[in-house]
Amino acid sequence: MEIKILFFAKLRETFNASEIEITLTGSNKKVSDLIEALRQKGGIWATELQNNKSFRVAVNQEMVTDDVQLSESDEVAFFPPVTGG
Amino acid sequence: MTIRVQTEDFDVSHEMLALRQKNPKVGAVASFVGVVRDLNDGDDVSVLTLEHYPEMTERSLRAIVEKAKSRWNIYDALVIHRVGTLRPLDQIVLVIVTSAHRGESFKACEFLMDYLKTQAPFWKKEKTPVGDRWVEARDSDALAAQRWNSDSDS
Repeated sequence: MEIKILFFAKLRETFNASEIEITLTGSNKKVSDLIEALRQKGGIWATELQNNKSFRVAVNQEMVTDDVQLSESDEVAFFPPVTGG
Repeated sequence: MTIRVQTEDFDVSHEMLALRQKNPKVGAVASFVGVVRDLNDGDDVSVLTLEHYPEMTERSLRAIVEKAKSRWNIYDALVIHRVGTLRPLDQIVLVIVTSAHRGESFKACEFLMDYLKTQAPFWKKEKTPVGDRWVEARDSDALAAQRWNSDSDS
């Protein structure tokens, strides 16, 4: 399935992309599978999305944990811990 | 409930009057204003740029206010958060809560700020003499939000 991914703040600058599309093959894909697929791109993607890096993931504009299931038209966003207020 | 994300400044007394005037049962109004400081982590800050995730921002702020409403007996709440380019002394965020008595307003106002700081998708970038840098999330903010999970004196 095709997943649209948005990047914000430092991650947008690091990846030099505000939006990408990625194809996940197979069914029952979770956020953790998407993170793994991004790491497979290698280079900065592998470095920045390591387990010890702190980043947050939102699916359809809600922050989630990486065991959440993904569906075809989902909008996923990756961003650093928030710093508003 | 009023939620606004805007580049323009806000007038605290105007917003406070507008919120409490709607309801003569209001006996307490608590507010918080966040302001840009000229110093962070030991360096002078001349400009602060706030980025956000527009589709998610209002939704997450609404969810935070709903959470406060279900927890305390409050009448209404307002959250205004600015985005874009700000400078030291500028106002960044405003939270106002109304209730019959002060206890609920005080608590809900602090809760809203603690949750906003850890849940709402805003990011600050600051300009300093040593260069531009993204502000890092603070552990103290995460702890401040967590304490509401265990606080028996809700």
